[in-house]
Amino acid sequence: MQVGDKLATQTYQVTRWDLIRYAGAALDFNPIHWSDRVAAEVGLPGVLAHGMYTMAIAGRALTVWAGDPGAVVEYGVRFARPVVVPDDDHGTEVEVTGTVRAIDEQGRAEVDLTVTCAGEKVLVQARAIIKLS
Amino acid sequence: MPLDPSFAGRTYPPTEPYLVGREKIREFADAIGAADPAYHDPEAARALGYPDVIAPPTFPILLSMVANKSLTRAMGFAESSVVHGDQRFAYTRPVRAGDRLVCVTTVEEIMSRVGNDFVTTRTEMTTEDGEPVVTVSSRLVIRGEA
Repeated sequence: MQVGDKLATQTYQVTRWDLIRYAGAALDFNPIHWSDRVAAEVGLPGVLAHGMYTMAIAGRALTVWAGDPGAVVEYGVRFARPVVVPDDDHGTEVEVTGTVRAIDEQGRAEVDLTVTCAGEKVLVQARAIIKLS
Repeated sequence: MPLDPSFAGRTYPPTEPYLVGREKIREFADAIGAADPAYHDPEAARALGYPDVIAPPTFPILLSMVANKSLTRAMGFAESSVVHGDQRFAYTRPVRAGDRLVCVTTVEEIMSRVGNDFVTTRTEMTTEDGEPVVTVSSRLVIRGEA
């Protein structure tokens, strides 16, 4: 592993079905993640993916790359833009790429993630520290 | 609604222990589409040196969000007006099936800027015996009324 190494680009499809399923598993039933009516009432452009769902699927790219999900010792993001998920069979797509920015003094990899939807960054300052075995 | 700055610096009493279950970890992993064997198969987890299946990095949000929701409710904000600004997890070790996790949440900072309010919280998750597991930091944004 070296500075500049890239994570393989991953593309994840996100549909309303995924949001309902995540709401149930994560016990996050905020209606802006499933009700067009409520989303419109509070002035949102549509039903949004849970920020934590987007963070979780971006985390999949990390754990697959690390091989051991327990090697992720730090993971943080800023939610920059919402992921709007239309009510159709296709939904939308979130693309995740990453680069090893540094190897720290403890030999851990600092990874910068780039997470986009429809060409726009949806997470920024998305960073992780991975313990190398 | 004006922010009540007296919430800043408050630390809430420890929660009742949450028993992390194998099936809950699998359900969460399936819901995020994660097939990593260490989430699903105790043998695969043991091969990596863990005593049982481990949880995905964002799993602890299940516990910390309860504290954050009751906090913003106590501050008088509707759920639909609260959005997530930042989120970070810093691990001492992975969460694993069989853990009995206790959360202690502190309100780190409260501030207002350009019509929005920001509340930053930190939840320390430990085992019942006090072993540190993960620190969960959240910044919530309360959207100003247009």
